[in-house]
Amino acid sequence: MTTATATRSPAPAPVRDVGAPTPRDHLRHVGALVRRQALQAKGDPQSMMDALLMPIVFTLLFVYVFGGAIGADGDRDRYTDYLMPGMMAMTSIGIAMAVGTGLNEDLRTGVMDRFRALPIARSSVLVAKVVVELGRMLVAFAVLLLVGLAVGMDVDGRWAELGAAVALTALFGTSLLWIFMLLGLLLKSAQAIQGASFLALMPLQFGSSIFVPVETMPGWLEAFASVNPLSHAADAARGLMIGQGPVAQPVLWTLVWAVGLTAVTAPLAVRTFRRRT
Amino acid sequence: MTRTTNGSDLAVDVHGLVKHFGETRALDGVDLAVAEGTVHGVLGPNGAGKTTLVRCLATLLVPDAGRASVAGLDVVRQPASLRRAIGLTGQYASVDEKISGWENLYLIGRLLDLSRADARSRADALLERFSLTEAAHRPPRTYSGGMRRRLDLAASMIGRPRVLFLDEPTTGLDPRTRNEVWAEVRRLTREGTTVLLTTQYMEEAEHLAGALTVVDRGRVIAEGTVDGLKARVGGRTLEIRPADPGELHRLLGALAQSRAAGPAAPRADVAEGVVHVPVVSDAHLTDVVRLLAERGFALAGVGTHLPSLDEVFLALTGERTAPADTTAPATEEAAA
Ligand SMILES: Nc1ncnc2c1ncn2[C@@H]1O[C@H](COP(=O)(O)OP(=O)(O)OP(=O)(O)O)[C@@H](O)[C@H]1O
Ligand SMILES: [Mg+2]
Repeated sequence: MTTATATRSPAPAPVRDVGAPTPRDHLRHVGALVRRQALQAKGDPQSMMDALLMPIVFTLLFVYVFGGAIGADGDRDRYTDYLMPGMMAMTSIGIAMAVGTGLNEDLRTGVMDRFRALPIARSSVLVAKVVVELGRMLVAFAVLLLVGLAVGMDVDGRWAELGAAVALTALFGTSLLWIFMLLGLLLKSAQAIQGASFLALMPLQFGSSIFVPVETMPGWLEAFASVNPLSHAADAARGLMIGQGPVAQPVLWTLVWAVGLTAVTAPLAVRTFRRRT
Repeated sequence: MTRTTNGSDLAVDVHGLVKHFGETRALDGVDLAVAEGTVHGVLGPNGAGKTTLVRCLATLLVPDAGRASVAGLDVVRQPASLRRAIGLTGQYASVDEKISGWENLYLIGRLLDLSRADARSRADALLERFSLTEAAHRPPRTYSGGMRRRLDLAASMIGRPRVLFLDEPTTGLDPRTRNEVWAEVRRLTREGTTVLLTTQYMEEAEHLAGALTVVDRGRVIAEGTVDGLKARVGGRTLEIRPADPGELHRLLGALAQSRAAGPAAPRADVAEGVVHVPVVSDAHLTDVVRLLAERGFALAGVGTHLPSLDEVFLALTGERTAPADTTAPATEEAAA
């Protein structure tokens, strides 16, 4: 059978060597991929619940069970004010951890092949992922803060500072997103990522100022906790929200960690992604 | 079919393409020329290197040696532009299982730089064309295998590609869906798209492709038109199925002793319960049938057929293909 001789209706556009996508194309591609990821998230409310479950359980547990004992002069509400800023940092790490798993799943299905045969930059896929996860973090912070208000947190009119604390923690969370993305690309299976993340998470969370002031810890632990970036993030958000204690220094440290981690892990993640796909 | 030797008219132009995976030479110096606006079949058994070839041409793999261009663009040096000119349906479904069929197509449209309105109307039109309108707003994880395959095909056509790669597009489809896919491929060619398709079925190549390249273990072992290849491989075979499979050898003996045997020896296929007789002419065919009638053999079936992939391989390489693929469509038996 010969198809070459069949009459042709309008032929496809002639091919030109148009080269790589422009910055505007990049924006459009990231936008389209953000829509995809957001739809995926919408179709999977369970993952949002998972992200919120731990922080909410910890909030209730620490406020009601330990709050009376830990809070200065047995003041439960003062402890709630202490705890909530740190819980935001903890929430961001939980969400960041889940990112590696999702990415790994994408790589195993043929979807990535389809994207790679399209005229888009590889990094668009990762950037879209970061944007959507950042959105997820902000939603999670909002829910968490509502829970905090319900169990006795007092904003005391410091709404602008609260906004700054949220923004700073989100920035810190973004750097965590890149780390876990890199891990997700380096480790073979989703289980391996979860295992590795969980092992690292426990000491980092509890060896920090999230739950109790580091001064109450034994010397060796205090040494670790005071350089732990989670402590800096928690202290910075707390300083802003409560308006007591040092603010400038932890904020600066948090910025240094966030920018430093992103500067190192984001390019590494993009490079690993290019190599693996 | 006219084959253009002038490089500018070739939609796909491949010279000495080599790709290793460790010790495996998946492509071992492949040459391929596909004329613009045609359907070209790449036929080969499992592991022949078909998928590797398609992936190199679609810029998903970087070849180790050789040179390849698609729509006049080099796969290594101009991948970004090349990706605007191609569509790819891989061997395994590559749709996003979690977002709806419509969203899948809209996403690809936007990634191909269509405007919102264009991407929307293109998604609607293609869903309609592949009878997926009903399922448009369900996620593909609720689709049947054939529906998913159709969505995958639709996705590769969003950008009205100049060259479309289809890697075993109908493997695992039921005959009706397979015919739909074939019709769509023909329609695309009419619109000017060049299609390179890989297949394990001679039947598919026969239906769609003007020209064929037969590959095995990373090498091209034959190429030409479908009819030309068939001529090389041999003509019609008469297939005789005695009502009683026990009669197979008596039938073979009767044929061998008479002049109806013809120049090529008849062969019994005990497993299938049939005798194959290569026929050289209509007179020869008549002789064989007359002999069967004279000897009073009770028959369950008689038919002639063109060579199958297996027979093509047997003739071209002297070897059978990999273990019989049970999903292969049965050879159609045309009345003699
Ligand atoms: N990613 C890979 N890593 C290692 N070996 C590979 C890889 N991809 C393909 N191969 C090997 O290369 C050879 C050709 O494989 P390919 O997938 O191209 O064959 P195919 O003709 O598409 O087969 P099939 O009909 O089964 O799809 C095989 O021996 C296969 O094992
Ligand atoms: Mg294959």
